[in-house]
Amino acid sequence: MEVRSPQFRQSAAAALDDARLQGALRQVRSRFIDKRAKGVASLPEFEALRENARAIKNHVLERLDLYLEAYEERVTAQGGHVHWARDASEARGIVLDLCRKANARVVTKGKSMISEEIGLNAFLERHGVAPVETDLGEYIIQLRGEHPSHIIAPAVHLNIGQVRDSFRAAHTHLPPDRAMEAPESLLAEARGVLREKFLSADVGITGANFLIAETGTSVIVTNEGNGDLTQLLPRIHIVLASIEKIVPTLDDMSQIMRLLARSATGQEMSVYTTLSTGPRRRGDLDGPEQYHVVLLDNGRSNMVGTEFQDMLRCIRCGACMNHCPVYQAVGGHAYGWVYPGPMGAVLTPTLVGVDKAGHLPNASTFCGRCESVCPMKIPLPKMMRHWREREFERHLVPADFRRGLKLWAWFARRPFLYRVFAGLGMTVLGLAGRRRGRFARLPLAAGWTAHRDLPAPQGGTFIGQWKRRRGAGR
Amino acid sequence: MSGRDDILRRIRASLGSGDGEAGRAQAVARRLKRHPRGIIPDTGADTGADTVARFVDKARAAAATVETVRSANVGKAIVDFLRAHNLPQRLRAGADERLRRIAWPKGGEPEILAGASDGDDVTGLSHAFAGVGETGTLVLLSGADNPSTVNFLPENHIVIVDAADIAADYETVWTRLRRRFGASKMPRTVNLVTGPSRSADIEQTLIMGAHGPVRLHVIVVTG
Repeated sequence: MEVRSPQFRQSAAAALDDARLQGALRQVRSRFIDKRAKGVASLPEFEALRENARAIKNHVLERLDLYLEAYEERVTAQGGHVHWARDASEARGIVLDLCRKANARVVTKGKSMISEEIGLNAFLERHGVAPVETDLGEYIIQLRGEHPSHIIAPAVHLNIGQVRDSFRAAHTHLPPDRAMEAPESLLAEARGVLREKFLSADVGITGANFLIAETGTSVIVTNEGNGDLTQLLPRIHIVLASIEKIVPTLDDMSQIMRLLARSATGQEMSVYTTLSTGPRRRGDLDGPEQYHVVLLDNGRSNMVGTEFQDMLRCIRCGACMNHCPVYQAVGGHAYGWVYPGPMGAVLTPTLVGVDKAGHLPNASTFCGRCESVCPMKIPLPKMMRHWREREFERHLVPADFRRGLKLWAWFARRPFLYRVFAGLGMTVLGLAGRRRGRFARLPLAAGWTAHRDLPAPQGGTFIGQWKRRRGAGR
Repeated sequence: MSGRDDILRRIRASLGSGDGEAGRAQAVARRLKRHPRGIIPDTGADTGADTVARFVDKARAAAATVETVRSANVGKAIVDFLRAHNLPQRLRAGADERLRRIAWPKGGEPEILAGASDGDDVTGLSHAFAGVGETGTLVLLSGADNPSTVNFLPENHIVIVDAADIAADYETVWTRLRRRFGASKMPRTVNLVTGPSRSADIEQTLIMGAHGPVRLHVIVVTG
């Protein structure tokens, strides 16, 4: 997928002017937040589980090499195959190779963000294999040639009219006068069309929410059951997973599972949590004949041991973006790549480079809601700050901004001068604005005053007030 | 260098692990062997609260229909369910011995199609390995006894679970799985099922019956 993060400013401005998108985003603001709040309130142990989940993942990350080896050993012992992919291109090659060996024409897919990360669909199409997304949201955006705008609700930016139009355009074999008013009829239509695909696919590709080292098991969590049909019906099941998905044991998985659905959709438990271990066994009447896991690194091994290691605890619940004022305002597409919202603002620069994705960690008010709702307690604002520092160090910030910051830093290191000039500035502004009490326009502050007035300062500087009040308090 | 070795080498380099190797390996082996249970939500089970009642409540909250019957009445419950929903008296089911032993009402035995589902079945019948009271979740194991396709392809899914097999939490079920299949071994598929299939992908409106069953009917068997 093309990285459009460098155009974040333009994309965000366009998103703010898009009335249809703004209508859809209002739903994110109300529904996701309320549902999560109820889900969390239903479990008194939620906070304790967050602490433990963080500890489990930290334990794994400090021993990631060993857990990966243990996991691989268990998969192999139960008849599965593990393939290691250093980067997106290797992962795509492995999947295509498996499809070719199976003579696969049609590949069904469960929802997988790794598939988006490696740009799998476009690649398979170019090589004569037809990928069919089966999650309803993913199916809708595949028909429209779009990318997900949310990691768990990929079509959240669309309204029902747009879905209806896409189905009318794509399902030309159905009678044109069929019922399409209610969302129920659209779901039934997708179910019918995709059922055929499930039954005819040669290969099924899913992601993984967890990989369990104890048993060599991959776990997917869905509400629709599409991921299950994807892995159950074709002859070959391929699991795409990044290396940090590892948890040690079934019990450790259960700890995190209790946080996942509550943080994502507010459910106490998703409808289907499916644990898959190896291929069809002797005597089985269904299930895949081959079971393959593609383990993707794609830059993650370099995050281990750095200030970005905590990001590898992420379980992709989407709570951070649901609660983010920036995501709520501009939606997921403006972020310009696979992962939007606060988790994307931290992860995208790691995966595509801060030179391209530097705008994302800057698009934050640092309000801290993302960190406060993160089930894995990932310090997202702190990591966005790390990216800002790196961006500054690498001279990727515009020259004006750097000069301004340097000037400020020069004064900040000289507190006496700083106070004199700050006090002088305030006095001048206070006098100039004393009649109207605010400024509609100010030199050097057009970015602020273009959208609102700047209040005229009153009552002296902060330091001045601090001194006075502390003095009075004694 | 292979991708595998390269990735592992990079992780080791990033971790800066050189000394303390033995300790790290020991910590991994210990955790995998002992699988500590962690924090188990207080479901009241240890103070004698009714796990089965909780299971029923939670499964209903997840939009499953649930009835509790004595084992002699399971057959009647199934026949009645099919009739109540105007469904054909025909079921797809695996070879589970417990399903074979169901006592059907005289002259009212539904037709049973044996084996995996091919997508043409209206109703599937399964026997669960366990239930979890915490969230009203069914635990279904793959295999000839209860083929996994029966859980997903038919529009209606009837699942029988013995009240004695309903545990307070998931961890208790894992312990039973380890006992049954051996340490670190698993059946090909373990399906945790909580309510019928659904989607909220169109304008976040919840609609029941996405790719899996539209109806999930749970029969809890006591005594």
